[in-house]
Parts: sequence; C-alpha cells; structure tokens
Amino acid sequence: MEHNIKAGTKGGPGLLLKNGHIIDPFSNTEVDGSVLVRDGKIQEVGNPESIPEGCLVIDLQGKWIVPGLIDMHVHLREPGEEYKETIESGTRAAAAGGFTAVACMPNTNPVNDSSDTTRFILDRARDAGFARVYPVASITKGLGGDELTEFGDLLENGAVAFSDDGLPVRDAGVMRLALDYARNFNALIISHSEEPELVAGGVMNEGAVSTQLGLKGIPAAAEHIAIFRDTAIAELTGSRLHIAHVSTAGGVEIIRNAKRRGVKITAETAPHYFSLTEEAVIGYNTFAKMNPPLRTEEDRLAIIQGLRDGTLDAIATDHAPHSVLEKECEFALAMNGITGLETSLALSLELVRQAHISPMDMVRLMSTNPASILGVNGGTLKVGEVADITVIDPDFKWVVTENGFISKSHNSPFIGKEMQGRAEFVIVGGKIVQAAK
Amino acid sequence: MNRLRSRHVLGISHLEPDEITYILDSAEALKGILDRPIKKVPPLRGRTVVHLFFEPSTRTKLSFELAAKRLSADTVGITASASSVVKGETLIDTARNIEAMKPDVIVMRHPMSGAPHIMSRYVDAAVINAGDGTNEHPSQALLDLMTVRQHLGRLDGLNITIIGDILHSRVAHSDILAFTKMGSRVTVCGPATMLPPDISALGARVIYCVKEAIRDADVIIALRIQKERQGRSLIPSSREYATFFGINRQTLEYANPDALIMHPGPINRGVEMSPDVADCDHSVILDQVTNGVAVRMALLSVLLAEPERADQKNIVDESTGGEHGA
Repeated sequence: MEHNIKAGTKGGPGLLLKNGHIIDPFSNTEVDGSVLVRDGKIQEVGNPESIPEGCLVIDLQGKWIVPGLIDMHVHLREPGEEYKETIESGTRAAAAGGFTAVACMPNTNPVNDSSDTTRFILDRARDAGFARVYPVASITKGLGGDELTEFGDLLENGAVAFSDDGLPVRDAGVMRLALDYARNFNALIISHSEEPELVAGGVMNEGAVSTQLGLKGIPAAAEHIAIFRDTAIAELTGSRLHIAHVSTAGGVEIIRNAKRRGVKITAETAPHYFSLTEEAVIGYNTFAKMNPPLRTEEDRLAIIQGLRDGTLDAIATDHAPHSVLEKECEFALAMNGITGLETSLALSLELVRQAHISPMDMVRLMSTNPASILGVNGGTLKVGEVADITVIDPDFKWVVTENGFISKSHNSPFIGKEMQGRAEFVIVGGKIVQAAK
Repeated sequence: MNRLRSRHVLGISHLEPDEITYILDSAEALKGILDRPIKKVPPLRGRTVVHLFFEPSTRTKLSFELAAKRLSADTVGITASASSVVKGETLIDTARNIEAMKPDVIVMRHPMSGAPHIMSRYVDAAVINAGDGTNEHPSQALLDLMTVRQHLGRLDGLNITIIGDILHSRVAHSDILAFTKMGSRVTVCGPATMLPPDISALGARVIYCVKEAIRDADVIIALRIQKERQGRSLIPSSREYATFFGINRQTLEYANPDALIMHPGPINRGVEMSPDVADCDHSVILDQVTNGVAVRMALLSVLLAEPERADQKNIVDESTGGEHGA
C-alpha cells in the first residue's frame, strides 16, 4: 500500500498508528493503544478522541509501537571505504533493521578527528534522509593514541562521544587525560577494551577451539585487564565511561562490581556475543571473525545475564561491513567484523522469546538507554518528543540470505538462519523512512 | 574409487580410524616399490600433481615429489617466491588459476592455518595438506603411525610422549589426534610457554617434567624448536632448553629401555636431542623418512585410484608383471 510518508512531518495532515501495543521504557508503560504523530512530534499517546482531517491512519493489528531503536556502535565506512558501505547505504540498512538512529565510529579515512569530518558525516546523513547519524569522534588525533582531539570543537559541531574504537588507547596516561578533559564538557568516552600485548596477533578466542584449529588465540584476560584499567581510571577521574562490545563473563563481572562502587560506567554488548560462540569459527569461517572474538558458551550465558540484570546497558551491533575482498581469504588475513544492522532486532527478539528479557527490557537496551548514554533525542514515546518510532512485528518469519541485505556488504555469520521478527515501519521525525513489504 | 569419505586430505581430524588403517595398509603394500632397482610403477600415469608450497620445505616437498614420480604422475612445483602471491594475487585467485589448468591433486603447504581448507572449496582437484600454519601436517602423522606400527606391531594401548614446542607444531597437533584416534595415550611435555591452551581438548595430557613424561613411554617424539614461528623468545636460552627438555642419555635412563626415539626433522642436534640419542639403536628417525614416501604414495593412489584399482594390492601385483619406468 502507498502511504504519504510525510504525513507525520511538519505541515502534514498527521499520522495515526492505530491498534498497536505501546511499549515505552522511559515511562515504564506497556499498553494497547494508538500514537498520533504531527509536525514531527508525538502529539498523543493512548486513544485519541478525534483525529485530524486527512490524517494517515495505519492499523497495526497489535504490532509493537516502541521508541525508535538506536544503534550506538556502527561503522559506516564513509569517508574512505565507500566500497564497503556509505552513509547512504548504511543508514538505509539501519532503517531496514528498525533503527531510527546510529552512532558511527571514527575509524574512517580520514579519521573523524576534526570538525570538518564530523560535519561532512552529518551533511551526508542529512542528504540520505534515512536514520539519524550521531558521529563519534576519535579520542586521539588520527587514532594515534598520543594527542587528544579538540573535544570542545567536535562536540559543538555535532560529535556525541569519543572513541578510538577498533584500537584500544594503549597508554593509560593518555586515557586518563581523555577522561579528565572530558569532564569539562560532560563528554562520553567509549573504550575499546583490549590489552594489545595479550592480543599479540591472535585471531579468535583462546581456548579449546583455537587449539583445535591451530589458530592463535586472544585470551579473555586481554579484555578483563583493559576493562579493569579503564574503570579504575574512570573511578579516579569521576568521568563518564562507556565500555564497547563486552564479550566475556569476566568483563561483565568487572563492570558489575564497578557499578556497585558507583563508578559512572555504562556498557554495551553485540547480538553476536549473546547468539554465537567460538564454535562458529570451525571450518575457518571468516564471517565469524571479529574483534573482540566470539567466546565460549559460559561467556555467552554471562552476557545474557548481564543484559538481564542491567550490568550491560545497551545492545549495539558493531556493524562492520566488509567486502568479499576482506573476507574470502585465509582466516588470519581476514578483517574483523560482521554486518549487523539488519539482524540485530530479530536476534534480540530471540532473547525475548526465550524469556531471558522482557519486551520492555529489549526496548530499553535498544532505544531508551542508548539515547540516555549518548545524550540524544529519542528513546521515549512521551508526548512532545521527536517522533522517532519503530513499529515491530515480533512474529514475522524470514531467512537471512546473501542477497537480502540492504547494506553494501553481506559478511554475516547468520546467512541461512531462520529469523523471527522485523521492523514493520520506521519513522524518523514523523517521516516514514522504512515500510516493510 | 577413493575409499576415503572426503575428496581431500586436510587433516587427521577429518579421518576416521578405519580410513587411517586403510591408508597405512596401502602404504605398506606400496613400500616394496622403494626397494626395487627400478622404482617406478604406472598407476598414476597421465595424472598431474601440483606441489604448491607457500613456505620453504626440503624434505616434505622432496618426499611428496618422489612419491608422485614413483607412481608415474606428472609433477609440477610452485614455490611462494615464484608464484603470483608476491604480485598481490589472492589465494582464491591462485586456486582458480591452478584449477583452470586441470591438475588432479594439489599438495599444498601454507604458513596460515586453514589455507588448504579454503583452497579445497574452490577446486575440483583433491587437496592434500602438506602443513598449514600451526594446524595440521597429516602425512607426517601418518608416517609416524606407520613407523610405530612397523616396530611395535600395533597402534592401540601405547604410551606416546611428545616433547618440545607443541604450540607451534602442526606435527604435534596431527600426531596427538592420530595416536589418540588409534587408541593410544598421548602425553605432551615442554616449556609451558610452548604448550597450547586447553590441549586436553585434543585428547592429550600434559606432564611438565621430562623424566616423568617419558617414564612409561613406548614412543618418544622430540620436536624441533621452531624459532621462526615464535613472535618473541619463549624460552630463556637454548642451553636451558637442552638441560631441562632435551633428550640425552641421562634423561633416557628414566624411560622404558625399548622406547622408540622419533623426530620429524630437521633436528637441532644438541638442543632437543643429543647426537648419540639421534643415532642410537632405538632411533627410527630415518625409517620415518622412508615411510614418508610410502605414505604419500598411498595418499595419492587412494585419492586417485580408479574403481578397478581400488585395492592397492592390485596395483602392486599388476605393476610387478607390468612395465617399470616410462
């Protein structure tokens, strides 16, 4: 069916999402009802008595209406590696996956370490017109690990956080400087937590499977040490720290303890860490190669427990598109990472179906918490808020196929897997940017 | 018909005990050819074997080439320096190009674990793994099995002790799997910096003291210290290694006096093994080398055997009465 996709935007006749199941973790409400969007904002939640003339009415027949999903950790590859992904293709893939916004990491070429690059990213995102893009700038110039970037200038030009993601900040002294300086701006530092001397050329999790395959392992301790180091520095400086892509049971435990002590720390994990284990690498499957690596079943269960008890605040994909050039090769030479935007929602819904988390938990992990950690709009269906909304059909069955990706890359270990659940509509600022066929 | 379940020989991990026994029996049958004055039989006439070596090798490459030539196959060798690899060609392009020239077997050595597995997905030819990174070296394990069976008459219920750099040794990896699959118990010993994590997953146990590790051993396999694979030095010195982990007359006093001494070569004499031990009566190191050719002949003929030639005994019988040489 054809919709006036702009009905909910400024000057439009309005958009009524009718007969939905409304889930809003921000107000902790879960009710059946409708949401009326007008002028790009949420105008009414519940059962509006009168609807505006000419309003576009969509009957959702019980599907979920949730605040727009936010993926706080993606790689859009532009500028520099447009053959893998562009801001246009990446934000289209985001919308297809149910996301109204993404935060993109700075390891592009050039690195996003200046306001010029930050503004370029924002301009391209605006032109594309799909999901919102929140640039994460680098902590150090050129990801070099030495000199801090201009936090103030970058924030004024639209950066939302700082990270040298892809690389750890090797020098604890530099990490301390970053966390100290961040306090002037209440800025968020995101840590890629790995002790490089223990990674030392490893290509998968260290353990029984790496021994079986004769591949060099990365011990879980590499992550433990780095998370502990950075939480200790955050405790020292009193700054806000976010730990990216937690993959180990030990990492979850260190974060849990730090939170108990009152350290201002948040953390995310990715769907692959609660869906897969190191066994996925068997057969030298380069689509299962990522950093941090897939871990053991014990780690996987501890990650799920961390999501249940709030130790882990967010599900973020670490969407890392790579072309066949980087993946159809020797395992040791393959680049790290998987495309994640289009499988994240279904994999997270699997946790709901298995009763590990409630639908409310899932929306909190995928929307409300990321919004609050990044300090951006969205994450709620409160009246007056910007109308970033995702409509979820939790039951729709589909199969992941190589050709089915909107992303320019298809490096997914889930190809061939049957999925359940997808985004039916994705609405950004009142505009329908994605309507499932 | 190929009696193996797989078209390729990528590792001992993919072989079942009955397949291993079949290969060893074939090797025994073919071994007699090596003692003849004219060491050539015709079964692989018209077949082409490509030896694709991305890593330096002397004895393995020579052994495979001799094996192929003994069976009358045409052989072509490509070494990494001479191949397109340095020009930036990917492994998969190399695979497709070689495949386009229609070889029957690709014998492949590569510095990265799993490379032959990737190759095997892109070619119709049979791929034999001649050593991949720190993963496997199946033909070496098979020749070790053959040597032990020859001298001790069986492969089950034996105690096999492997000493040295287990972490970087694809020979150790394949040997552990092979001897364990055939019903023997494998003990590994070496500096703990050279032991892989969770080696019990392969079925081996670790004993840290050499004297204890060799006490009940029927077979002692010493490995070469592979300096070229170590990022940083994993032992304080060769001297310390020789003192605590080297096999010499003194350490052998703790072993079963009939224990076989083996080494995949090349030996660093005076480091992992003293010269007198390497050359002693119980050393079967040169038998290993001879059996290497026989095992590789068996692999080629098993993979390429025509249906009517499935039984290796036939090949030998036919060839005895048939032409020698070509």
